[in-house]
Amino acid sequence: MGAHLSEVQIASMGLEKLIPQKKHLGIFLRLLARSATGQPITIYSSHYKRPRKGQEMHLILVDAGRTRQLGRPDFRDSLKCIKCGSCMNTCPVYRKSGGLSYHNTISGPIGAILAPNLDMKNHADLPYASTLCGSCSNVCPVKINIHEQLYKWRQEIVKEGYAANTKAFGMKTMAWTLSSPGKFTTVAKAGKWFMHNVPFVVNNKFNPWYKQRDMPDGPKESFSEWYNKNNETK
Amino acid sequence: MRQNDGIMNTREKILEAVLKNQPATTALPDISVFKGDNTDLTQKYIDIFKTIGGDAFLVEDIAAIKKLINENFDTGKRIVTTLPELSDSFELISAEADPHSYENIELAIIKAHFSVAENGAVWLTEGVMGQRIIPYICQHLAVIVNAENIVPSLHEAYEIIGAGEYGFGAFIGGPSKTADIEQALVLGAHGPLTMTVFILK
Repeated sequence: MGAHLSEVQIASMGLEKLIPQKKHLGIFLRLLARSATGQPITIYSSHYKRPRKGQEMHLILVDAGRTRQLGRPDFRDSLKCIKCGSCMNTCPVYRKSGGLSYHNTISGPIGAILAPNLDMKNHADLPYASTLCGSCSNVCPVKINIHEQLYKWRQEIVKEGYAANTKAFGMKTMAWTLSSPGKFTTVAKAGKWFMHNVPFVVNNKFNPWYKQRDMPDGPKESFSEWYNKNNETK
Repeated sequence: MRQNDGIMNTREKILEAVLKNQPATTALPDISVFKGDNTDLTQKYIDIFKTIGGDAFLVEDIAAIKKLINENFDTGKRIVTTLPELSDSFELISAEADPHSYENIELAIIKAHFSVAENGAVWLTEGVMGQRIIPYICQHLAVIVNAENIVPSLHEAYEIIGAGEYGFGAFIGGPSKTADIEQALVLGAHGPLTMTVFILK
């Protein structure tokens, strides 16, 4: 209503919001409301071509990192987003944590793949706030491969050196441990011994993992040990 | 002049980056295969329009519309229209008047080019609105549409308006509704409280 009473109308839009021809708008209008609130159409779908008589109209096309995202072949499809919000509504992480926890204007799974393009260092944690379950990609009406992009951003973030040191160290330790059965057996045995005999070495106030949770009691023996013992009778 | 140069530089810089970074062009997809279901459009339209909070009447003629308006709206208040057939009872909208002068209208009666069965929306351009502000500023909105002008889906709608020439046009789908704040539904925050469609046989 304000646009029809004011003397000046200024519209601002992201430069990716361009469609080839007016007749193609039907495709996107049909997708938008049904994917957002479940309505058959938004109440008002306004089409402006000229200002009304005596009014001024200005259109501002905003870049704000969009051309940079366009230049990243792995991530450019994120620009197809029509901002319906269906990826947020389906996301198990978003549904538990809410929009503010993403510390970015656009939250949810789509926000987590758009934000690292704007400031990779500041938003390095966002692509990790996902279980990669793929529900977002499944509901996306414009078929953005959101969960694959989340996974790819993690690799970019580590490559650029923005992953937390503890995470990088933990991943390297894990890779070393899992690289041979011998190492794995030794580490698992050590882990079991620590948990049974000196649990305070890992479960203490310096380990943030234990702040709101606890580990289950460790098993008395591993599956391999059990298997070997029971196989002796043969 | 200096300031103008600055704006041109930004624009050129952005367009250059788009040109450099954009993927290879692909052929324009053919969307003519998309079609809505063409059966029983009037009843389908009425059913959908009622689910989105509107009220719809199937009427024989303009006289029946007048009768329904007298029964359902407060005719003691200001009622405006763009239809010459209704000008004997209601005020005709002037395209030249200050849009603010319509701040106190109770009901606006205007005619839609067509309506869409799949979503209940009516298509209006500034020509049939009288003024762009009319369908938004009124307390109640009544729209007349000819029964033969109901299209199945938005695809058929854009086949009609895709090449159309208008300064401003809008799909309006029901009374103004919003639930942005705490998911509480509020009617009439951005426009009329109610919307009634008269389908003229």
